[in-house]
Amino acid sequence: MNKPFPPVALNGVCIDPDRVQGLSGTDQPGRILRQRGQHEVFCGLTSIIWLHRKMQDAFFLIVGSRTCAHLMQSAAGVMIFSEPRFATAIMEERDLAGLADMHDELDGVVERLLARRPDIRMLVLVGSCPSEVIKLDLARAAERLDARHQPARRVIAYSGSGIETTFTQGEDNFLAALLADAAKRAPGRTDSPARLVVAGCLADVVEDQFARLFTALGIDGVTFLPGRSATDRLTVGPGTRYVLAQPYLGATAAALEKAGASRIDALFPLGGEGTRAWLAAIADAFKVDPARFEAVIAKPLQRAGEATAHYRHWLSGKRVFFFPDSQLEPSLARYLQRELGAAIVEVGSPYLHREHVAGELALLSPDVLVSEGQDVERQIDRCRAASPDLIVCGLGLANPFEAEGRVTKWSIEFAFTPIQGFEQAGDLAELFARPLMRAALLDDAANRERLS
Amino acid sequence: MKLAMWTYEGPPHVGAMRIAASMRGLHYVLHAPQGDTYADLLFTMIERRPSRPPVTYTTFQARDLSSSTADIFRDACREAVERFRPEALIVGASCTGELLQDDPGGLARTLDLGLPVIPLDLPSYQRKEHWGAAETFYQIVRAFAANRQRPETIDPLSCNILGPTALGFRVRDDVTEIRRLLESEGIDVRVIAPLGASPADLARLPDAAFNIVLSPEIANPAAQWLKRTYGMPIVSTVPIGIGATRDFLAEVRAAAGLPPRPLGAQAGRDRLTWYARSVDSTYLTRKRVFIFGEASHAVAAARIATEELGFTVCGLGTYMREFAREIRDAAARYGVEPLITDDHLEVEDAIIAARPELVLGTQMERHVAKRLRLPCAVISAPAHVQDFPARYAPQMGYEGANVIFDSWVHPLMMGLEEHLLQMFRSDFEFNDHAAASHLHPHAPAAPASAAAQPVRDESADGATAIDVGTGWTADAERELKKVPFFVRGKARRNTEAFAASRGIRSITVETLYDAKAHFAR
Repeated sequence: MNKPFPPVALNGVCIDPDRVQGLSGTDQPGRILRQRGQHEVFCGLTSIIWLHRKMQDAFFLIVGSRTCAHLMQSAAGVMIFSEPRFATAIMEERDLAGLADMHDELDGVVERLLARRPDIRMLVLVGSCPSEVIKLDLARAAERLDARHQPARRVIAYSGSGIETTFTQGEDNFLAALLADAAKRAPGRTDSPARLVVAGCLADVVEDQFARLFTALGIDGVTFLPGRSATDRLTVGPGTRYVLAQPYLGATAAALEKAGASRIDALFPLGGEGTRAWLAAIADAFKVDPARFEAVIAKPLQRAGEATAHYRHWLSGKRVFFFPDSQLEPSLARYLQRELGAAIVEVGSPYLHREHVAGELALLSPDVLVSEGQDVERQIDRCRAASPDLIVCGLGLANPFEAEGRVTKWSIEFAFTPIQGFEQAGDLAELFARPLMRAALLDDAANRERLS
Repeated sequence: MKLAMWTYEGPPHVGAMRIAASMRGLHYVLHAPQGDTYADLLFTMIERRPSRPPVTYTTFQARDLSSSTADIFRDACREAVERFRPEALIVGASCTGELLQDDPGGLARTLDLGLPVIPLDLPSYQRKEHWGAAETFYQIVRAFAANRQRPETIDPLSCNILGPTALGFRVRDDVTEIRRLLESEGIDVRVIAPLGASPADLARLPDAAFNIVLSPEIANPAAQWLKRTYGMPIVSTVPIGIGATRDFLAEVRAAAGLPPRPLGAQAGRDRLTWYARSVDSTYLTRKRVFIFGEASHAVAAARIATEELGFTVCGLGTYMREFAREIRDAAARYGVEPLITDDHLEVEDAIIAARPELVLGTQMERHVAKRLRLPCAVISAPAHVQDFPARYAPQMGYEGANVIFDSWVHPLMMGLEEHLLQMFRSDFEFNDHAAASHLHPHAPAAPASAAAQPVRDESADGATAIDVGTGWTADAERELKKVPFFVRGKARRNTEAFAASRGIRSITVETLYDAKAHFAR
């Protein structure tokens, strides 16, 4: 299945000689393929699509080009019309030619925006490829605007550009910027630091479920990052422990550690096993009595298993190929392999934070090819050659693959759907099973037609 | 800098991509940062193409900026040619690629790729999608149709169709419809481009007698060049609507040297003419419509609305500055102010001010209309996935007119319903707020974001409160509520204008009816 790849000098493939060191010390997947070529992925701006819904009093202003605005409305589909809390300050010829002072222009746009949306409590300036290539200093702009609009509003900045970030990495940069902002304001704070920070945007329902479980485990002082409101207090200090709820948070983790917090290492909370391991690591860090832990999670864990079982026969033994998209891929693959009995062919991820996903990679079978980055044409060649039963890929590839008679699951949906936690384990299984069920239904109908 | 929550058009490289994706044997190498591949979704999802668009992106990242992005571009060109074996290559940059100044054209030429390479220079910070498509098509036509020998004898009944592209509004079926129409006139369609054409096909363009431009926004520069270079006449009427289709056929016959057909010879080929004439349609008379979209679709819609359906045009505009003159001329014909803007907030304001009973626009106006609880039909790009339907749904020619009749009348409340609403106003199920059963099934009870926009007072009748120094008495206000909701905004405005012009400070029931008599709906 995994033939060796010839080393190619440029745009090619090189094999990482370093094996990932697993925390459990078990055998790692044979190798990690690093690729560089055409990347068929979203840029970090797209994370605004869920972030602006999560944090309801924030407004995201992209400083970029018409392409950025077009991307946002194409990716956001029809949702853009229900008064989105994001917009683009489109740079024009006169800005680039130096005829207009970019900072003055930006101030003008911000004034106009705030006049239209007086309810905004936090304005987020989002850097794009063009603004970064011309080195427009948005951090400085944010500082200036922040000073001007205090105390009614806060202004922060981060980069969501394609040259810096892939899809979910936009959220990572945003959370890191939030933390930097919190640290800046910390001296005036008297409230005590959070005991536990759960980092990574979760669906409201998932967040509520986890909050209930923490209460049942007797863990208090829990803060979810991002909060639902820009004015939510966030204080991090040396006693703070943090746990990642999402795998794409390298910069956020670094910012938390800079503030003195220390990480609880765990699997990501996908599926019954992942959620159990995630909660167990937290419970362990907070010295929860093991008996109490088992008692609290027994029922939900059982429900997760029951719900997942409904879909096992659809996925058991099926060969699945992951194209890179969100960095959730290693965790999703682990869940598919271990709880649904799927055989993973390749796990592509735009970036592998070795330390954060070590636990996930350690649980994958050794014959799984893990690839980081992308050369899309070569990856398509590999995928066709392997002829998997299910391809997890972006929307640019999904219909073309379907037209070849293959079955696909479009990957962006994992970022938009509640999938974490015990109660969502069955829903997650269904996301993978649905395309296979559908293909079977339509094929059956076609067969009936042929026979009649 | 310009604040934009919505853009009517993408950047110019998306226009170039539409040309590449329309054609066969042409590949596009685009110098663009990681993430710009989102544009593939437009084709694979909105248009539901079964294949990837023929575009190779360099998808450079920040770490590449310190080394040579030019090398990445060169490698992408070589690999694309080797893998896809196109007949020709177009090369260019996206907005960020443009800032790097790697000169894709110059780089590709030095590679000796063994096939024609057409460099594109698309100024991303000045121009937009349609300009990019028109410029790309023009450059490609020039590259392949230049220095051809026109045949000695040319069949006068032969023509080319220029303009149809991928992601065009109903273009797939328009081409079928117009081709069928031309064939019924004995006209031989030689090349259709860019949709479905190969570079080799473009080389055959000068072999036909004349060119038909179905989409001036895309094919005008190329058609003008073919006219200058080879003297090929242009048929420029866009055949949307019955009148326009007849004019189009007359123009085609003249270009082909055929005698004009007697008036009326085309009668009976469509259903719109009879449907609009049937008594069921009488209630459509002088309904106020607001029209906005691509220039040629907007102008065509205004003509159909007034001449073929008996509506009144109360607003007309386009987001294409290049076609401002066409819109101004048309607006003058219908006695309305032309609206030339790509700012959707301005369009929204104009719709509120015009108080239409029907909005004909793009995907964006569909949502403005939904917020204002106005009936709406989409007549132009930008359109979303539902306007790339499975069924045959042209806009052009006779069947196109049939489709238009159905889709424009559909969102309006039907005649009997309208009468009953006027007679019995307090029915608990069938009232202003319930509107028609088929109208806006998901419309909110009040405009969703009214609270978020305190500057605007959008009451249920879609009227903006205008303080003109007159006040409504309670009786008059109650009487106004008895006016059917879709003309209530207009009645309010007329009455207030009437009162202001006569110096009436307090509007009574009398004033309301005086104004009604004065304006006669």
